[in-house]
Amino acid sequence: MAYVAVKGGGQALRGTGGALEYLRTCKGESSLDSDAIRHQLRLLHSRVISEGGIFHPELASLAIKQFHGDTLEAAFALRAYRSTVPRLVETPLMDTSKMRITRRISAAFKDIPKGQMLGATNDYQLRLMRMDMLDESPEAFKAVAKKWLCNTREVDIPDTFPKVLDELRKQGLLPAEAASHNLEKPFDITRQPLVFPVPRSAALATMARAEQGSLLAMAYSNMRGYGDVHPTVAELRVGYVPVMLPHLITGELTEIGEIEITECEVVAMYEDTEDAQQQNSKAMFTLGYGACFGHNEVKAISMAILDRALQKGMKDGPSNPSEDPEFVLLHIDGVDSMGFCSHYKMPHYVTFQSDMDRLRTTQNKQNEAAE
Amino acid sequence: MSQYNFGFLDEFAKKEIRRCTIKAVAIPGYQVPYSSREMPMGRGFGTGGLQLTLSLIGENDTLKVIDQGSDDSVNAINLRDFIEMTCPGINTTTSTDKADIIQSRHRIPEKELKEEQLIVLQVPYPDPLVIVEPSEEKRKQMHGEGDYSRLLVKLYEDLIKYKEITISHRYPTRINDGYVIDPSPIPRWDVPKMHQSKALILLGAGREKKIYAVPPYTDAKPLAFDDVPFRVEDFCDKRGKRRACSKCGSVSSFLDEFVDSTNGKTVYQCSDSDYCAEYCAAQSKQPFEESIDG
Repeated sequence: MAYVAVKGGGQALRGTGGALEYLRTCKGESSLDSDAIRHQLRLLHSRVISEGGIFHPELASLAIKQFHGDTLEAAFALRAYRSTVPRLVETPLMDTSKMRITRRISAAFKDIPKGQMLGATNDYQLRLMRMDMLDESPEAFKAVAKKWLCNTREVDIPDTFPKVLDELRKQGLLPAEAASHNLEKPFDITRQPLVFPVPRSAALATMARAEQGSLLAMAYSNMRGYGDVHPTVAELRVGYVPVMLPHLITGELTEIGEIEITECEVVAMYEDTEDAQQQNSKAMFTLGYGACFGHNEVKAISMAILDRALQKGMKDGPSNPSEDPEFVLLHIDGVDSMGFCSHYKMPHYVTFQSDMDRLRTTQNKQNEAAE
Repeated sequence: MSQYNFGFLDEFAKKEIRRCTIKAVAIPGYQVPYSSREMPMGRGFGTGGLQLTLSLIGENDTLKVIDQGSDDSVNAINLRDFIEMTCPGINTTTSTDKADIIQSRHRIPEKELKEEQLIVLQVPYPDPLVIVEPSEEKRKQMHGEGDYSRLLVKLYEDLIKYKEITISHRYPTRINDGYVIDPSPIPRWDVPKMHQSKALILLGAGREKKIYAVPPYTDAKPLAFDDVPFRVEDFCDKRGKRRACSKCGSVSSFLDEFVDSTNGKTVYQCSDSDYCAEYCAAQSKQPFEESIDG
């Protein structure tokens, strides 16, 4: 009965905020710096910005600090902030071939036009604890970056890199880009509810801000055998894409800034479909696409695999959970799933009273029958 | 809090919700999909109801917020604080009589609502068919075809297995002889209050992104069989005597039961705190008079 029957619920409620603030500040010298969160907890920051669905690095840092590093809560706060901001203008479709690359790999070919670029990755780091980082002096900390810059040879990197997919298209292994892609207005999940069946753009938008763990779990089920995408990563790229808007006076497209994104294109085995058997139609590889804010490689790959799985499900009907648009898209949003999970902590006295009434009545009837 | 618009949401979002609300009133019981913005409180904590309230409330309106029948429940306080903070100029009350808008989770007040009042119910599961069909796409079709056969079969199977319909709350209710709705997790006790209600009843599911309504003076009939009538919760003791609220003594309200932490006895109390206070006042009785069931 503690949190409803007793008066003073409001006081108790306000007390929780104070306790949280106490825990945040009771140890350590100073408050976490926004820049430190953004740069030193780079991947956490990326994850929150991507799930929050609004590219606001400063507020993402604040959300991480305010919610004590809880990714679900931090992303949630960004989303709620987003609800208060009116939409003023839409950018044209972004061209990711114009990306300023920080990392770019292909698992399909040993060499790709303009080369593989590993960049900064944990992939081949040994997961051994670096005990020296336990006690890192400010001087030592600053010296690391300086030394790295001194020892790194300056080379000219091309401004842009061609897409690996273009090569596959040239060879006739992938279908040409559909002209309709650029004409269809993408489904806006923030302004329209998902009413199934939904277009692919709605699925992609939902996955782009999905909770990383949920997306990974669904994709992993497909990888393991509840599905058969068997992807090859044609290209995974991380970098900064210019955001273009029409100039206020001239109307000319002008770069207003750039956003960091991760993009993944997977190629899957061709399908022996009726279309392919028709005349003038050859068998082709199929494509899965993933993209999200920030540096989130696992998320982009998971999304690309699921995109491929969902396209199959939309076409032939789902034969696995990961191919079922409703199953996937309604269960991967962190704000939704976390909110509903947490709500079970709220009082349910009335409904439980009602449950007890049903159980007791049923038990009485069973007792009568037994007598 | 001046950095936020009146009602937190931007005007475009409120307009969309109002449009959907009109559609919901025009098609009683139909679940109108809407985009549903993220609110600064958890999905599942009443964000659907909250968005309705914020879109409909204006300056000088008087608001009552209850959870489990109580104005002082943590979640009710939280919602009311937030609405007060983002809607300057509104009044709040705990009195059912004085409220223009009542936002509630899990209860409809005991006192009959009036024509000029509006009740907003928070909804976790907007679709009654979800207990027999998980796919939303298929359920939409079933509603379209008025196909509630599987729901009726579920009720029938309950009777065969348990000799009782086991649905305790969220009891499927047919609106205007058309769509069947999930009336939100109100107890069966509250379902008859929806029938020919003088007040407009709006239901909002934020996470599931649906708004639906029971317009005033509209039929709301719980699903039942001719020979097995719908029954509300029973508050009689073993001898068949109706239990009374231990605070106000009323024998005609929905009761919460809990175990007294000091003496281990079961206590029964009105779930509707405003009703209980008024009933006490009417008999010029001080609350907290104990009449504990042994």
